[in-house]
This record gives sequence, structure tokens and C-alpha cells, in this order.
Amino acid sequence: MSIELRTTPHLHAPDNVIIIMRNVVFALLPICAWSVWQFGISALALILTTLASCLITERLFNPRNTLGDWSAAITGLLLALTLPPAFPLWMAAVAGFVAMALGKLLFGGLGMNVFNPALVGRAFVQAAFPVAITTWTPALFEGRFREFIPTSFTLPFTIPPAVAEWNSRVAIDGFTGATPLGLHKFEGVSTPVLDLFLGNAAGSAGETSALIILLGGLYLAARKFLDWRIPLFVLLGAGLTAALFHALDPQQYPSAPFMLFSGGLMLGAWFMATDMVGSPVTPWGVVVYGLLIGVLTIIIRLFGGLSEGVMYAILLGNAATPLIEQFTQPRVFGEKRS
Amino acid sequence: MSLFRRHSFSHGVHPPAHKDGTAQMPIRRLPFPPQLILPLGQHIGAPAKALVSKGQEVVRGQPIASAAGAVSVPLHAPATGQVLRIESVPTSRGTREPAIILNVYEASTQEVLWQQPRHLDGMSRDALLQAIQDTGLVGLGGAAFPSHIKLRIPDDKRVDTLVINGCECEPYLTCDHRIMLECPDDLIRGIQLAMQASGTRQAIIGIEDNKMDAVNLLAEHLKDIPHISVQAVETKYPQGSEKMLIKSLLDREVPAGGIPADIGVVVNNVGTMAALGQLLPRGEGLIERVITVTGPGIERQGNYRVPLGTPIGFILEQAGYEGGANEFILGGPMMGPAVSSLDTPITKGTSGLLVLNEPQVRKESRPRWACIKCGHCVSACPMHLNPAWLGQLAAAGEYARMSESANLEHCFECGCCSYVCPSNIPLVQYFRIAKAINREQAA
Repeated sequence: MSIELRTTPHLHAPDNVIIIMRNVVFALLPICAWSVWQFGISALALILTTLASCLITERLFNPRNTLGDWSAAITGLLLALTLPPAFPLWMAAVAGFVAMALGKLLFGGLGMNVFNPALVGRAFVQAAFPVAITTWTPALFEGRFREFIPTSFTLPFTIPPAVAEWNSRVAIDGFTGATPLGLHKFEGVSTPVLDLFLGNAAGSAGETSALIILLGGLYLAARKFLDWRIPLFVLLGAGLTAALFHALDPQQYPSAPFMLFSGGLMLGAWFMATDMVGSPVTPWGVVVYGLLIGVLTIIIRLFGGLSEGVMYAILLGNAATPLIEQFTQPRVFGEKRS
Repeated sequence: MSLFRRHSFSHGVHPPAHKDGTAQMPIRRLPFPPQLILPLGQHIGAPAKALVSKGQEVVRGQPIASAAGAVSVPLHAPATGQVLRIESVPTSRGTREPAIILNVYEASTQEVLWQQPRHLDGMSRDALLQAIQDTGLVGLGGAAFPSHIKLRIPDDKRVDTLVINGCECEPYLTCDHRIMLECPDDLIRGIQLAMQASGTRQAIIGIEDNKMDAVNLLAEHLKDIPHISVQAVETKYPQGSEKMLIKSLLDREVPAGGIPADIGVVVNNVGTMAALGQLLPRGEGLIERVITVTGPGIERQGNYRVPLGTPIGFILEQAGYEGGANEFILGGPMMGPAVSSLDTPITKGTSGLLVLNEPQVRKESRPRWACIKCGHCVSACPMHLNPAWLGQLAAAGEYARMSESANLEHCFECGCCSYVCPSNIPLVQYFRIAKAINREQAA
């Protein structure tokens, strides 16, 4: 007989890192599926490319075999979902490499990174390939399961084929290549909120259907795999800021519902701002962090040069996390509030 | 106090109860073992001083060691027999400590031959506290704090309420539950004596709401007794921690770094009160206690009344257990230490013997991952600390900073943070080590 000697507690809650990460992947799969339904084989190729790029980078550059913790898969899927569906695949592979190598492994791997790795990857390609990352294609075009969108197979160091002509060929009624945010910002055209909510719009591969994102997010929140307070306060911050500006000048500034359901805000709020590693752990910290991201998103959208803002808002939120935590340490039980 | 306030505290965890195996089993006696191992330090404070020497014969109930100072209690012979020797033995604290080894006379009737019945009515508080010290009674919930010290209210404090802890929030343990069901009269008498000794005007028994049979039974017994009430509290770990229980019952917070007396409360456990009610009027010493013997590795689970000093190996023989790789835990799975020797004896503070068998141990031995800052530990800590941050500081070896800026001292090692950690980081162990190192640095 052998006697085991372990330290207390001798029981543990059943959830572990692998179960959490695996469930995030499960929650992302319907969003991926919707993306493929909307944009066809180009979106599928994009998802597989970033996934492969992230997994290979993690395997090659992390001395420990950490693919089993599923975190690299999450980054791969999330990254694809933030990119235009017809983003050149070689650029997507670069984004995946940067996300893992510079966004995560440089800091020491899982748990050590400061920024959301997927957003680091996206921020890099935003800077490196500004044209490709703002080239949009219409959703639900006929033949999307038979043909690739022309830009997908652009080779490195070549100029991507113009998609404007292709866009006008495949566009169906009511759809153009521009995203709702771009349409509003640069052309003053509003997309109905219901279309945004359901996902009948152009945009990044995974940002179009607020409904599916919401369902996945709520599932994770119910199982305590994400902190529901973060998306709540991100959306609250964004909604209130948008409503304020809309009240000041309804002509120039879009309404709060439009802002909440357009662009990457929903995906960012539920799946990227909530990245455990980069967000605060203190109860008031998550409130400050969420509001900060929400407000920044709207400010950047309204006054920045880009139509989107959630990516930079979250990266700034990640950067502010250590400071936020420092000022929001919980009040110890029995200690008087000073 | 609002009608809708749930009697509970914030944070904490809900581990599976595992109490079904023993909660319905009446308290039974085990036979006397051939030998008793009686460490002199069975309580917090100075170890007792041996009064007997090798070869001496003792009768059941006779004092065999005396209190060594104010924070100390005597020890009584749990059986009639002969002192074999006094030597150091392994204890549940993981250290070796001096103990009296007693050979039990098989032929003896094992009646308690040493008694000092007293009239307690009208006895002064000091005399009563002295009588309590003489019984050798300590907190039977696990802390083993001498009862007479706990009930002695410092002159500068005003205490109005005696809180009786019947929560038994540790999974697997049911001995307090059985005592409440089987010995309500001893319990109530003990509470009355403790109120007399501490000068408190009211007493509240707090019981987790998974033991409503005990709540109802005691409520029935207390119908005509003034100033003592019973209150159900939420079933949640660590409801049985005294600070949490006071918060749940009275909505008062013990000041950080303070004691319950600072807010007018003194807390005692139900098992202790029942023992007090039984021993004090008869003037007997504490020589046995009820323990829960349970776990997937035990064949005949149950609640047993055993003499102090019974080696766990003997209990295992009597209750039956599977061989193989096992873990033997004295107390509950959240805070009870695992022991390395089957010679380790049951002492005054031992509330249970939990045996986890090999499949269970394997299930709980999981790989460790890096901290992903999920914040589950922050949401679980009943003291509202930040275990994630403390863990980071511990990993970096910044033990001093853990005390200075991260409130390490307020951790009472309940283990909620380790319980919920999805990365399986042994946070409590880190904190225990950090505290020990800080203590050494200070000394």
C-alpha cells in the first residue's frame, strides 16, 4: 500500500483550462459556420489558413507542446473572424504568425501575454496591408461555394486584383461591398438595425451576425467561462457614448443600436475584451475596463480616420489592465472603506 | 435585518457535499484499541505537562497531564491501563511531538472512575471558566482552541451574543449533524453554561440549510427556552468559518485583523457545546469524541465515538478499507491535513477520518497550467483577497510584498481559491509557505 500526501484542498472544481478553452472554441464554431455560409469557400479558406498558421507557430516556437490547451486554436479562429473574408491568404498566414509569435510567445506563452494575440496579429496586418484589410466583398453572393473571391489567392509582392468590378458583378440587391460602418461614415447611408442584428451585411468574416455572437457569448457566460460583466460594460459604455453623440446631432452621429450591432463591437465585446489573460480580475476593474473599451470604441469610430475602432480600444484596454487592477484592489472583508 | 436577506456571506464555493453515506448513521462506538497514543499538544497553546511516568497505572478519566499555563488544558486518560512509555510520535501537523503511550487493560470495564460532580448554578464566571479548563475541553471543530480562553471575554470588550457553529460546511463530515440530532439536551445545557461563563445574553445556533432536520429538531427543543434560537444559513463553503457565520447570522463584519469579540460576539462549535454540557456538570475530562469515518475507500462508513489517542490504523481495521494507494485525511477535504503514518492518533481537534481511494486520488491529481487570470479565485475568496495577485507575488518570491500590500495575513487558508483554480495552481500552499517564511524573517 502506498500513502498519498497532497496539500489541501483535496477536492477541486471540475473545470480546468482545457475545458474552458475548448468551450470557447465551441462557442466560436457557429460564428465560423455563419461566416462560411455568408462568404463561401473564401471564408473557409481564410479560417483554415489562420488556424494552421497559429497552430504551426505555437508548435514551432514553444518548447513545451502546448497545442493541447486549445488556446492557439482560439487565436486562429478569432483572427480569421476579424479579417475581411477575401483577405489574401498569405497575408492571413503572416497575421497568424505575428499573433502567436509577437502577441503571445514573446511574452512567455499562455497566461503571460499582455495583449490579445489575435488583435496583435490584426493590428500588424492593418498597418502592413492597409488596402487589403479595407477591401470588402458582399455577403451571400451567388456562386460563393463554387468560386473564390479573386483576392484570396493574391501572391506575395503582387498587387491584389481589383474587386470593385467583381463586386458589381456579384452584388445582389441591397448589398454592396462596403461595411455598414463605412457606408455611414463615408457615404452617410444607414443599414437597418435588424439586418445588422441578424447578420445581413458585409463586414469582417465573423462580425456580421450579432445574434450568433450573442448566443455563443451567453453560453460561455452561463458556464462561467467568461466574465459577463466585461461585455455588459463594454456595450454599456459604447451604447451610452453613442446615444450621447446621437442626441447632440442625429444627422451626423448614428444611433446607439446601430453602433452596438455594427462592425466588430459585438465580437470584440464578447470574445476579445473577455480574453482572461489581458483583462482585470478585480470586481471594479472589469467595470472600468469594460467602460473604457466601450467609450474608446465609439470615440475612435466617430473621430478617427478608420470606420472601425474596437480593435484599438481593446488593445488600449489590455495595456491599461495592470494600472486598472492596481487601483481597484478589492476591499478586504472587515476592512473599513477609507 | 431585511426579510429578504439570505442568511449568507458573499463569495465562497459549492463543493459536492458527499454526506449521504454517513448523515443517516447513528453514532456508534468502536472497541478500545490495544494501545492509545496521546500527544501532549492536542490544542493550540502550550502542550500539557505529563503527570504520569512509565509503568504507572491509570484509571479512565484520571488526569494524566496538567495545563502548562493559561492557554493550555489538561489531558485525561481515555482508558484504564498502564503507561507504556512517553516518546515522540508523528502527528497530523506533520511534526513529531511527545506523547503518552497507554496500554489499554483488556479486562477492565472501562467505566469512568474519575469524576467531580458540581453544582454550577450561581457559580462565578471565573470559577466556571476554571472548571471548563479542568475538563480539558478545546474547540472540537478542528481549531482545538482551548474553550476556557475562547469564553473568557477580555475586560475591554463587551460581548452580547454567543454564536454556535453547526454549519459543518466541510464535505463528507457529518459528526456535528449527528450530535445535534442525538444530543440536543447536552448541546442546550452546554450553550447555557457557555452563556453563563461568557456573560452573553443571547445565543444563536447557525446551521446550514442542508440539515433542516437538525434545525427543526433544535427549534422544537428550544421552544420554551429563552434567549437561544436556531437559524438556517445557506449551504456554502466556508460558511463554518467564524467570520463568515457571524456575517451570515448577524450581518456584522469582524474587523480585518480583529477577533469576534471586537464586534460583541463569541463563537463556539456545536460539538464543543455538547461536550461541555455533558462533561461540566459531572466534572469529567474530555476523553473521547465523535468522528466521521468516511470516503470512497471505507467499507463501513459512519459516525463513531472513539477514545482520544486511537490510531487511525485501528479505526481503518474496524471500519474496513480498500488497500492500494490511498490518501488519509484528518478532518474534511478542504482543510484537513493528509497524514503519512497510520499510527497517527485521533486527537481533540480531529473531526473525521476521510479516506480517498486510488481512483479518487488520481481524479484529483491533475496537471498544472499557467495562471490565465480567469479571476475565479477572486470571485471565490470569502475574505475578498486577490489570490491571483498573491500567487504571482509568491511565484516571484516576493513574500514581504504579499504581506505589505496584498493582505496575505487575512488569508485563513480555507482553500476556495485552490478549489476553483482551473489551472490547478496550489495557491493555498503558496500562501502557507509565504506566511511561514515571513514568520521566520520576523523572528
